[in-house]
Amino acid sequence: MHHDHGHDHHHHSHNHPSQHIELKTDILTKNNLLAERNRGYFQAKNIKAINLVSSPGSGKTTILEKLIVLLKDKIKISVIEGDQQTSNDAKRIEATGVRAVQINTGNGCHLDAHMIQHALPALKPEDGSLLFIENVGNLVCPALFDLGEELRIVIASTTEGEDKPLKYPNMFHSSDICVLNKTDLLPYLDFDQEAFRINLKMIKPEIKMIEVSAKTGEGIDELGSMFIKTI
Amino acid sequence: MHEFSIAQNIIEIVKDAVTKHQAGKVKEVVLGIGTLSGIEITALDTALESLVPGTILEGSEIKKNIIRAMAKCRQCNTQFEPEAYYSCCTHCGAFGPEILSGTELKVLSVTTD
Repeated sequence: MHHDHGHDHHHHSHNHPSQHIELKTDILTKNNLLAERNRGYFQAKNIKAINLVSSPGSGKTTILEKLIVLLKDKIKISVIEGDQQTSNDAKRIEATGVRAVQINTGNGCHLDAHMIQHALPALKPEDGSLLFIENVGNLVCPALFDLGEELRIVIASTTEGEDKPLKYPNMFHSSDICVLNKTDLLPYLDFDQEAFRINLKMIKPEIKMIEVSAKTGEGIDELGSMFIKTI
Repeated sequence: MHEFSIAQNIIEIVKDAVTKHQAGKVKEVVLGIGTLSGIEITALDTALESLVPGTILEGSEIKKNIIRAMAKCRQCNTQFEPEAYYSCCTHCGAFGPEILSGTELKVLSVTTD
């Protein structure tokens, strides 16, 4: 500190010269650096990390349960669950026979790279395994936060309406695959599948779309084959 | 809302810069916010209002330079200003243009006394 001589404190004659500091610093730098660190960890251990995003209730956990049953004899799987409160989802996953760690964000609305980094030592995912990260149910905030994943999958459901890709463009634009769940309910809904496909392609023409019913198992094989064949 | 995380990051970035440059009282912070960045300005203002008091940014002016998005059509190479990710090319109507700018979220500069 520089107060070693007795001067009275007129702040405009303080020892700091006026400065204009050019930064151009990305506000999400800290998260992005941690995400890249996570990415490096996954690549070194040949782990395929998949970030599942959606609004609450579209069926992420049920789809995950079905995928695990399909794939767990072919490949090691572990799961990071994200919710504001409860460990309900981690318990459901553990009941399928694979390891899961629950992150509770409290009032937080999204998972970030730091939280994932913290969960990994407890989870100890194996080399050559699949790591599913089930994000907090929220179609807005998780879009901005890179977790270090290899694939981001957005899950929409037939009960949510055809216009969701247009209403939540950031989330759909940032995703690699879109899964449309609850096809078993189509007979009871006025959901226009073609309109949904068109809206989705307006946001991201190159996105892959798969239609599934986690309840009946329809489409789950096709979804599962996307992870196995590329390992 | 994620704007709280964003506001916290802004405060940390400014603090780090002031420490690193041994700078004085923060007078102005300039942010660059793209129209496609996913940031809601009013929510950011609310977050900053609640988090800035008691920090070295207190009393400073926080300016927001809005960076308008620019896109290039992948079919016909026309450059245009997209309103959203679902905007189509103003020349040929194709979707899914290459986004050239508009996703920025940066602290551009800090000015101190």
